[in-house]
Amino acid sequence: MTARIGVVTFPGSLDDRDTQRAIRVAGAEPVALWHKDKDLKQVDAVVLCGGFSYGDYLRAGAIARFSPVMDTVIDQAKAGLPVLGICNGFQILTEAHLLPGGMLGNDHLHFICRDQKLRVENADTSWTSDYAAGQEIHIPLKNMDGRYVADRRTLDELEAEGRVAFRYLDFNPNGSLNDIAGITNAAGNVVGLMPHPEHAVESLIGTGRTDGLPFFTSILKKLVNA
Amino acid sequence: MSRTPLDTVEHATATPDVELPWAELGLKKDEYERVVEILGRRPTGAELAMYSVMWSEHCSYKSSKVHLRQFGEKAPESDAMLVGIGENAGVVDVGQGYAVTFKVESHNHPSYVEPYQGAATGVGGIVRDIIAMGARPVAVVDPLRFGAADHPDTKRVLPGVVAGIGGYGNCLGLPNIGGEVVFDACYQGNPLVNAGAIGVMRHEDIHLAKASGAGNKVILYGARTGGDGIGGASILASETFDDAKPSKRPAVQVGDPFQEKLLIECTLEAFAEKLVVGIQDLGAAGLSCATSELASNGSGGMRVTLDDVPLRDSTLSPEEILMSESQERMCAVVEPEKVDRFLEICDKWDVIATVIGEVTDGDRLEIFWHGGKIVDVDPRTVAHDGPVYERPYARPDWQDALQADDANKLPRPQTGDELKDQVLKLVGSPNQASKQWITQQYDHFVQGNTVLAQPEDSGMIRVDEESGLGVAIATDGNGRYAKLDPYTGAQLALAEAYRNVATTGAKPLAVSDCLNFGSPEDPAVMWQFAEAVRGLADGCLQLGTPVTGGNVSLYNQTGEAAIHPTPVVAVLGVIDDVARRTPVAFQEDGQLLYLLGDTREEFGGSAWSQVIHDHLGGLPPKVDLERERLLGEILISASRDGMIDSAHDLSDGGLVQAVVESALLGGKGARLVVPDGLDAFTFLFSESAGRAVVAVPRSEEVRFNDMCGARGLPVTRIGVVDGDAVEVQGEFSLSLTELREAHEGTIPGLLA
Repeated sequence: MTARIGVVTFPGSLDDRDTQRAIRVAGAEPVALWHKDKDLKQVDAVVLCGGFSYGDYLRAGAIARFSPVMDTVIDQAKAGLPVLGICNGFQILTEAHLLPGGMLGNDHLHFICRDQKLRVENADTSWTSDYAAGQEIHIPLKNMDGRYVADRRTLDELEAEGRVAFRYLDFNPNGSLNDIAGITNAAGNVVGLMPHPEHAVESLIGTGRTDGLPFFTSILKKLVNA
Repeated sequence: MSRTPLDTVEHATATPDVELPWAELGLKKDEYERVVEILGRRPTGAELAMYSVMWSEHCSYKSSKVHLRQFGEKAPESDAMLVGIGENAGVVDVGQGYAVTFKVESHNHPSYVEPYQGAATGVGGIVRDIIAMGARPVAVVDPLRFGAADHPDTKRVLPGVVAGIGGYGNCLGLPNIGGEVVFDACYQGNPLVNAGAIGVMRHEDIHLAKASGAGNKVILYGARTGGDGIGGASILASETFDDAKPSKRPAVQVGDPFQEKLLIECTLEAFAEKLVVGIQDLGAAGLSCATSELASNGSGGMRVTLDDVPLRDSTLSPEEILMSESQERMCAVVEPEKVDRFLEICDKWDVIATVIGEVTDGDRLEIFWHGGKIVDVDPRTVAHDGPVYERPYARPDWQDALQADDANKLPRPQTGDELKDQVLKLVGSPNQASKQWITQQYDHFVQGNTVLAQPEDSGMIRVDEESGLGVAIATDGNGRYAKLDPYTGAQLALAEAYRNVATTGAKPLAVSDCLNFGSPEDPAVMWQFAEAVRGLADGCLQLGTPVTGGNVSLYNQTGEAAIHPTPVVAVLGVIDDVARRTPVAFQEDGQLLYLLGDTREEFGGSAWSQVIHDHLGGLPPKVDLERERLLGEILISASRDGMIDSAHDLSDGGLVQAVVESALLGGKGARLVVPDGLDAFTFLFSESAGRAVVAVPRSEEVRFNDMCGARGLPVTRIGVVDGDAVEVQGEFSLSLTELREAHEGTIPGLLA
């Protein structure tokens, strides 16, 4: 048996088909979800993918957060549904208050696309269990608004509780506080990050690395073994 | 242009003596008289708007047409060509039932006036051309040329252009996989912003721009029509900038990539359900172009009610609505019983769609406004029967002196230390330096099919996940070569793009071009144009790669000074399995480096002559297209059979530039030996065409040499991949750290 993992398409979503492919490569079944539809089609987990939802002319993720599909995602995430937010998806998760903090424009004011080195800080979440804590990986990064910010108290709490899931190594590409690339909620079912693991699942494509595949195998194992 | 009463056809007939502002709209006197002759009366204001914009240089190719015919007349036999010149973009068969459409266009003048929006809407326009053929866009490339790298205005134009291309393309979800960035003072007041795109479809999904079947509905969908870009095509693209005139800023269109992304998805969904009879994007000349082209390419006429066009600005006059170049709009012809479903799909994607007219039995294009008929024309006279000029051309009187100023006689470096110093200067010069600061502002990864992207020799995209079928594209152009000899320069651009595609392991199939030149009213420029077209057409015939379409951009000059003639050539190739692609980067220490091809003393137009001597003169490198074809075959076979692990074409900067790039990308050095019969300087800096450097694993050495020997390609062992420096035995050694600093520091130092 395998797991069914939903991928939400908002108008302006860009990596929806890529994310579906990554789920397939990992051996799970991707299920397309539509922003106007509250129905999650009984999926076992949801990925909010990258892109510029609704154009992101206001603030990245600010409008997507109010879409019909997000009503259900927010409710079910609070009840334990595994949710991964990649890039724009991460921005949406912070706008939806499923994850703390928020994203500002990159400190250098340019879009940046690069092969980014990360350290896995927390390998105990639903989406990271196939990594080892402390493991160093390379995942493509591409964004305009990737500077993670939060107030001091929130940062201290994230650090103290081990909820910083990924940290930028060698080079902070956007000015994120504490070099934070991704975080998890306290329960470990909701994870968000700026880099794009779905672009690192095939050795021939992109940077030629497959360091992103464990995201999708982690959740698959968790769901299948559950 | 609001007039009372409404300037209908009836009113125009009754008032033959009314003076119309044809000159302000860019028409010449004889052109206006031709319109009157065609109609048998004076045109209405709306008709004048349509003719003026459709007969502009940008839309009608009136100066270039007589030369461009050669691309058809000299077209090589090719099984690959599915749709040729004349449609929105050419279509090529790449096998396994897939077809690929690709095209390059210019957005030069708008990008100088308003760099961000000019460049952004350039991407938007070329992508709509691709969708209009029925294809899903899969990648973009951007050949760019700017003024001197250290000129203050370059710092205004370049960052805006790059941000605009990124801002639009990134938001559309299209990987940017190639292109060029070139600096030269000749582009100071006239940067070249060319944009290319590739789309993929199944053979049966090819769509054409034609309106057939009386009763079929004409649907305008996408953004509302506003006042932006009115007259952009006729005023901006067809006239030289003149400091004395008022600002033309309002004529540049403003892009909304989010709207275009919705347009892509909803158009592809409508195609998938076979709802579309004919389709045309709205680009230059807006509705004037879309309606007249759809109608003239179909079997019937067309009736359009302009009142039904959704407006962003309700005060627009009918003439303005016809001329508006508001972005992100398309026009589809749909059978009546399928209209509801078409509108439903548009609604799903929140795209505004409106029936604005229908195909008629007759052969007239009739447009109505407030109940009055304001246009009644034969659409062919608007779209296809524009003026054709045989512009006078003459070889400029300075050409001989330029060619006599031989770059081979420039002082050369005499010692190892001098060579070393000049290598560092070369690889750190703006044109030869790493463009990473620019390309990292573009998304390379989106869609998850990018196999190769810049700085590789060509961009490569996987088309089929199962079989590994892929396509590659490279764009090249060298204005310095073309200035020295436009015929040879055009062929060198073709040869380089062809070679770049073959170097990555793909078989070159077809060509698109973007021909950037000065004013056609200058006989010297017209000669450059005629020579370049002749060279390119002859070259394509010889290489067996047909020209599938392209774009001409004229009037690229500031005052009397024209840009270097700059034909930019895009070559599209196919590779059976992308797993066989060959990258630029050195892969493994110990692999043997071979130079393929002949090296001669050729420094005319070279990067060395520019960087070290600020010199442009002599003759460009010789072209031997049969040699290019043989080199291509060897590179493709070697890649397919796993005989080489990396390869890099040699072009501007010569061998040393190529080796340094492969070394830096792979993080592995090289030890080179100057081959017998060559001096170190010529070995390192010559720009002889038809060459590449390959890295061969030792286990493949014999097989590779045998293959080159059997086919008669000169092959010279020049060294080995090794260490953390680029060393030329007996001359000098440069550490990768030093090289990286020089190569990667320049552009951020100038622009960041």
